[in-house]
Amino acid sequence: MAEALIPHLPCLLWWVPFLPLLAGGIIAFLPNRLGRLASRLAIGALFVACVIALAAFVCTLAPAEEGVPFRFVAPPLTWFTFGDVALKVGLVLDPLSAAMAAMVTFVALWIFIYSIGYMEKEARFGRFFGFLSLFCGAMLLVVLANSLLLLFMAWELVGLASYMLIGFYFEKPPAAAAAQKAFITTRVGDMAFFIGMIWLYRQSGTLLFYDHGNGLLESGVLTSLAGITTIGGLTVSAATALLLLVGAMGKSGQVPLHTWLPDAMEGPTPVSALIHAATMVAAGVFLVARTYPIFGIGGLQSVPLTAAAWIGGITALYAALVAMAQTDIKRILAYSTVSQLGFMMVALGTGGVAVAMFHLIAHAFFKALLFLSAGSVIHGCHEEQDIRRMGGLRAAMPKTFITYAIGMMALAGFPFVFSGFWSKEAILHGAMNWPGGYGPFLLTVAAALLTAFYMTRQALLVFYGVARQPGVHHPHESSSIMLVPLYVLAAGAVLLAIVGTPAWPWFEEWIKGEAATCHPGALVKPDALKLIGLSLVIVTLGVGASWQVYRNVSGDSAAPDPMAGKLAGIWKFLEQAMGFDALYEKTIIGPLAFCAGAVDALERQIFVPLMAVGESCIKRFGRWTGVSDEKGLNDGFDSLCCGLQNRADSASRSQAGKPQGYLRAIGLGMSVLLILYFWLSA
Amino acid sequence: MTPAWTILSAFAGALLVLLLPARMAIASRVIALLASLVGAVAAAVSCLARLNNPLDPVWSFDRPWIPGFGIRFHLAADGLALTLLLLTGIVAIAGVLFSWNVERRPRAFFAFFMTIIGGVYGVFLSRDAFLLFVCYEIVILPKYMLIAIWGSTNKEYGAMKLTMYSIGSSALILIGLVVAYGASGGTSFDIAHLAGAHYSPALQAWAFPILFVGFAVLAGMWPFHTWAPTGHQGFEQWKPVIAGLALIGIVYGALTALSQKDLKFVIGYSSVSHMGFVLLGIAAGTHWGLRGAALQMISHGIIAGLLFGIAGRVVYERTHTRDLTELREFDLWRTLPGAAIGFTLATAASMGLPGFSGFVAEISVAIGLWQFSPWLVPVVALGIVITGAFSLRALHKAFFPVRNATDTPPSLLPPLTWPEISAISLLIAVSLAIGLYPKPWVVLIDDGLRSPVFHSILYLP
Repeated sequence: MAEALIPHLPCLLWWVPFLPLLAGGIIAFLPNRLGRLASRLAIGALFVACVIALAAFVCTLAPAEEGVPFRFVAPPLTWFTFGDVALKVGLVLDPLSAAMAAMVTFVALWIFIYSIGYMEKEARFGRFFGFLSLFCGAMLLVVLANSLLLLFMAWELVGLASYMLIGFYFEKPPAAAAAQKAFITTRVGDMAFFIGMIWLYRQSGTLLFYDHGNGLLESGVLTSLAGITTIGGLTVSAATALLLLVGAMGKSGQVPLHTWLPDAMEGPTPVSALIHAATMVAAGVFLVARTYPIFGIGGLQSVPLTAAAWIGGITALYAALVAMAQTDIKRILAYSTVSQLGFMMVALGTGGVAVAMFHLIAHAFFKALLFLSAGSVIHGCHEEQDIRRMGGLRAAMPKTFITYAIGMMALAGFPFVFSGFWSKEAILHGAMNWPGGYGPFLLTVAAALLTAFYMTRQALLVFYGVARQPGVHHPHESSSIMLVPLYVLAAGAVLLAIVGTPAWPWFEEWIKGEAATCHPGALVKPDALKLIGLSLVIVTLGVGASWQVYRNVSGDSAAPDPMAGKLAGIWKFLEQAMGFDALYEKTIIGPLAFCAGAVDALERQIFVPLMAVGESCIKRFGRWTGVSDEKGLNDGFDSLCCGLQNRADSASRSQAGKPQGYLRAIGLGMSVLLILYFWLSA
Repeated sequence: MTPAWTILSAFAGALLVLLLPARMAIASRVIALLASLVGAVAAAVSCLARLNNPLDPVWSFDRPWIPGFGIRFHLAADGLALTLLLLTGIVAIAGVLFSWNVERRPRAFFAFFMTIIGGVYGVFLSRDAFLLFVCYEIVILPKYMLIAIWGSTNKEYGAMKLTMYSIGSSALILIGLVVAYGASGGTSFDIAHLAGAHYSPALQAWAFPILFVGFAVLAGMWPFHTWAPTGHQGFEQWKPVIAGLALIGIVYGALTALSQKDLKFVIGYSSVSHMGFVLLGIAAGTHWGLRGAALQMISHGIIAGLLFGIAGRVVYERTHTRDLTELREFDLWRTLPGAAIGFTLATAASMGLPGFSGFVAEISVAIGLWQFSPWLVPVVALGIVITGAFSLRALHKAFFPVRNATDTPPSLLPPLTWPEISAISLLIAVSLAIGLYPKPWVVLIDDGLRSPVFHSILYLP
């Protein structure tokens, strides 16, 4: 089957991102009252894209050379050229992009369907699906891009769609603020990406990833990049990889660029599930995975990979700590997303692409499941989001409870049947054997322990115990259009485990381009057994401790958290997410506002008065020239004229009209002339 | 259709409008629209012809004008000039459409308007420095009239200020041109001749800044091929200064825009920031930089036209305010959704998001700048981030205000008219077209950059 499909790939592949984009474009022109049609259009387009993505996925299963993954490079299009310099864009299909494309289309499809139920009362129903489609198209372009330039363009478009969706309820002040914060914060990271991209282009003359041996990720360019040393003794490859890493940190919410992600929960819950849990935030991880050859020059201990491992470890632990003290059901999940993205970064830094990608895919399923279940809870509780005011929902919402429990156990890493267990297992394995030290490993272990703790806390507070504030909510189970997607995602969260165990590491070997082999013996190797034991201990400890603390929470929703008493000041610190927002307010936003004010003041206080001074100088000079002209030139001319006039006046007095006077003058004149005549002739 | 139709149609349009009897004054807008359309179509046809036959000699029209001084009436249209003609044509159409409902003395308005357009076409087509200067001057007076008669707040002051700046810069240009004319032998004002002549380094060192400032101050950057080559060495010498000024402009303009209360001032300062990119691309002095500069000129022409059109005409016409706090009361996204959508897209374009024309320009400038000095690129990135911040701030405050349910509901505003919708759609479509498929534009621009005039300032391999 794969052989039959491959010839059609160049044409088929473009449709995967293009169909949702097209649907988004059409919906933009539909009036609001055609919301139903808009949703059908969006789902239809995504369904076809999903089918094509799955077909493309099948293609990558075709037998490849041993050790070389399947790779199909669509003929690149030229975006623009100048002489022999061209900026080209294109698509690439390899296990990495196939896995992402299949996951994005599949998860997004079910989230779209769920949204029909969740957003049914929304006035801008059609608009919502338009934005979602736009997002999906852009995300698929990120995934399939064969050029850093195309990836960046789609990356920005994804950011724009995310901005519009976070700010979907822009009349609410927090939503408007969160949307702007998300856009600006990720843009800081994007600019590092931008600089890194330009650097790579200037250095290598191409931005295509694969181009028959001349691409950015192929040995020729990589060798040349590694051969040049630049600032700080880094090679160009390491320096550009670090810049790309900063871009990835912005998108994937890594410390210290994470602050936007919890705030992004102001968007509708399906948006949180799709964009801020399953797909967009994973784009950063994907970027590193895609450009891994640049990161990996110099082995697992290269500077950029070491940075990724440490940043990931710190982020994983930080977010897990903060998640412990949150009370908003979506905020807890948001911090757990940040934490899990940290796990993926650790995986990239210490274990490689396959490990990180497996966790990424598994996480997409169970985190989308958790968010959608949380949405079902919020919906059932009439838009209540505070877990202190929930409790005992198990009875009212049994189906949601089961799907939520599956998601929660996958995230917490319950042993054996959940994908999250095996993906975390692989990460711990990589981190433990990392040649650069035990730091990231210990951070990850601590974060895994806390994950089990805070997820159990959340589950207990929401579904167990007594209903706090009963009678106010009348919680109800959600409709089946919202429940079916939950079942599908729950099944995915469990079934994915099959392809990721050490006994049959099909996923890892597929990504690496090796034939999948079955070796059950790997499960009982001492190395593996040690880790499985450690995982069991972690989960038991985390869940057990949480059970101990939150088993009997008081029925009063205003009562402080049982942990608050034990941890006192630290708890407050954790509640405020360790003060990052306040810190940025003081160190970045404050000074920036000050600069803006100062520049404005400079403009008003200095330039405008300066202009005024210049203006008045010119005016004064004008007045002076006017006056001097008046006094000097004009008056002089005037007095000359006056003199002439006076002379003329007195001259005219002799013309009085009396004949005697005239005759006298004639006589006088005659005598003078006669005298002259005789004098001259003599 | 030759490029000459652009100038002819604009001036003919202005003349026809003036000849209209008073009772048919309202028809003047139809004439102006037709004249703009003819100009834009002529420019587009010429662009296509150039794309299809890139190796043909460029169109030119060359007659002696004042033979005693070697002044000629010399017009020519390479690819760069053609794209700028097309830009002028498109913006002229949008301008007429945005001004469709001008009721106060429409004949005078459109006559002045078309005169400006004609003058601008002339500037882009002139190949004789003296003719270029004349076309430059043609624009100043109608510009003064338009602002002084049809402007909004503080219009007399604004008109006078703009005119004084224009005349001041013209004076500098005239000095610079006469110096170049004299130093090159005093035989011709032909731009290629002036550019090819040899000037002593000492002359360049002081003459170059005069010309540069003259062209740069306010008159926009266009004829950079006239000043840049007149002093290759002068240019080299002053390059770091220009680059520094450009970077200051980018960051300074963005920061100032962040704290403005008047929507039009936000756009104005964002223009300062955008024009910084043009200057920066030129200062880089590389192919990429110059191409980026030209793209940014085109892109900025369209985006600024759109932003000013919506804020200054569509919205101001209905609300009579541009104050960001006062606009809150109008809840514009609800009362004027078309304007809100248009302004959102224009904001996205202005921020340089991929897909819009600004991105192509910015990335080209950045690549060109990297060749000049990689250390300056992060400053540009900083400017881009602040641009995002002030753009979103203004967008939210003006069009998507936070309102409580208890606030008094906004008064209804008249919906968008068809000319307004057409103008907004036209400009957005052009910005998207350039952003998504820049190839033909770049081909045309590069056609202009290949001309010998640029050879002296480009690092050619």
